Amino acid sequence: MYVLGIESSCDETAVALYHASKGLIAHTLYSQIATHAEYGGVVPELASRDHIRKLVPLIKTVLKEAELTAKDIEGIAYTAGPGLMGSLLVGAATAQSLAWTWQIPAIAVHHMEGHLLAPMLEDNPPTYPFVALLISGGHTMLIEVRAIGKYRLLGESLDDAAGEAFDKTAKMLGLEYPGGPKLAELARSGQNRFKFPRPMTDRPGLEFSFSGLKTFTMNALHATQQTEQDKADIAFAFQQAIAETLSIKCKRALQQTQLKTLVVAGGVSANQEIRQQLQQMATKEGADIRFPRPEFCTDNGAMIAYAGCQRLMAGQTQNLEIFARPRWPMEQLISL
Amino acid sequence: MKLLAVETSTDACSAALFIDGEIIEKFAVAPREHTKLILPMINQLMTDAQLKPQQLDAIGLSRGPGSFTGVRIAGGVVQGIAYGADLPVVPVSTLAAIAQDFFNRRSDAALSFTAMDARMNEIFWGVYQRNPLGLAELIGAEAVTPADEVIFPDRAGFGVGSGWGVYAEQLSQRLAERVLGIEVDVWPRAGCVAQLGAYGFANGLAVAVEQAMPVYLRDKVAKKQSER
Ligand SMILES: Nc1ncnc2c1ncn2[C@@H]1O[C@H](COP(=O)(O)OP(=O)(O)OP(=O)(O)O)[C@@H](O)[C@H]1O
Ligand SMILES: [Mg+2]
Repeated sequence: MYVLGIESSCDETAVALYHASKGLIAHTLYSQIATHAEYGGVVPELASRDHIRKLVPLIKTVLKEAELTAKDIEGIAYTAGPGLMGSLLVGAATAQSLAWTWQIPAIAVHHMEGHLLAPMLEDNPPTYPFVALLISGGHTMLIEVRAIGKYRLLGESLDDAAGEAFDKTAKMLGLEYPGGPKLAELARSGQNRFKFPRPMTDRPGLEFSFSGLKTFTMNALHATQQTEQDKADIAFAFQQAIAETLSIKCKRALQQTQLKTLVVAGGVSANQEIRQQLQQMATKEGADIRFPRPEFCTDNGAMIAYAGCQRLMAGQTQNLEIFARPRWPMEQLISL
Repeated sequence: MKLLAVETSTDACSAALFIDGEIIEKFAVAPREHTKLILPMINQLMTDAQLKPQQLDAIGLSRGPGSFTGVRIAGGVVQGIAYGADLPVVPVSTLAAIAQDFFNRRSDAALSFTAMDARMNEIFWGVYQRNPLGLAELIGAEAVTPADEVIFPDRAGFGVGSGWGVYAEQLSQRLAERVLGIEVDVWPRAGCVAQLGAYGFANGLAVAVEQAMPVYLRDKVAKKQSER
């Protein structure tokens, strides 16, 4: 079964083609970073306008790359939420009408389920059950995953998401949007000079909070001359604090659930320092840890095509409603 | 000539089929229900007419101006069908569709000062005249401006569309004795998009799906960091 996957929840338009047994066939992505950079963040209306310009050309590209035609495609998966309403609607409307035209089923996919399942696209995929740490621009969640659609939220951020904390801190340090990867770059030349707090690790529980860390960073920055080295040292300390906090919480989640596999996904899981610290923790715990390849950590069409393919194979489909849910709790998903 | 038209740019939602001169339409005023209604409407029309998308000649798109999200729903739907069935698209102005509906019902009307509420103290507007075939034809250009900045020709006509509800006073003042009458509650309808789309198709106005884009008129939607 060939499934086309469409992702347009935020500022990336992405399309991929996945085959149930052959795996990922082709994928492509258009990033709107340049569009939004001048505004210092994503402008939802501009994002929507870009999606509708790019989506059909990207679908054409993917089919051409795969050397396939309409007749080969057996299902269309699209991100239905959570995300920006206008952006979601472009993908949903196009996907649904294309599926109707081709007389094949469409399936609405939860964006975070897509992220969570991204490691399944790798050669040695994790096996259920596992603990998933989702760290992205809009989410920080620990989830117990029994199977596709069987999710139990173990803990989430009470305020800023991890990626959001990275981006806001990067902005403070004078780095351009989206600052997460740039902050990681700057931290490489940083030295271990500041000690930042590890929020909410001194009490039990699997909740996160990153907004205090942001304030702490601001104060630390203002107490310096703000030289390049000062900024690098602060970036280093900030990244250490996030990495260690995530690591402590993941360790707790593994112990609490008595599970032996940790899956880490979402844009922030591209961060090398975070990967390393989580890897070390997992090794100590005797647990298996899996990440998506870096390009599938951030938004992409492959994860949507994969998730949609699993649900379509289980017989799930979406009726003729153009389904878009800017807010969509993951625990509302039905299992296969 | 067979054409499917899609219209979702206001609180109304509609789809229509033009089949060799005849028009069948499904229409509903249903705020925020477009995503639920539009594909079932299209499906019903096509099923009733025993047509497959591949048997159409083109798709008519109500390309705006209107609600940004609304015109993109129609845009996405039309692009999906046009790409999927390898069809060209005829973009039709939402203001033209409003003027057309008015002309269809008022045989005495020759000129429509068409205006839609554009929020933010502005209106989308355009001046349409009835051509010899009875079809709405644009004079000059469409624009989005405050109501007291509209430019209308020195001819008498009718004030048509939601803009005349919100800004009746400013518009009437500016146009003075040129206004023969006002009709506020005129929706853009897919039937009129189909009527104008079929004419456009015959006159070579169809475009490839990649060029079938919404027209927003308002292009400045946020301030750059350098402008703050
Ligand atoms: N190497 C990195 N280090 C730190 N943060 C990173 C890195 N690479 C990407 N990010 C961050 O990841 C986020 C983007 O991830 P992703 O695309 O998954 O988020 P999103 O789609 O915007 O949000 P969500 O998936 O929650 O809706 C941004 O905040 C970005 O700064
Ligand atoms: Mg994401």
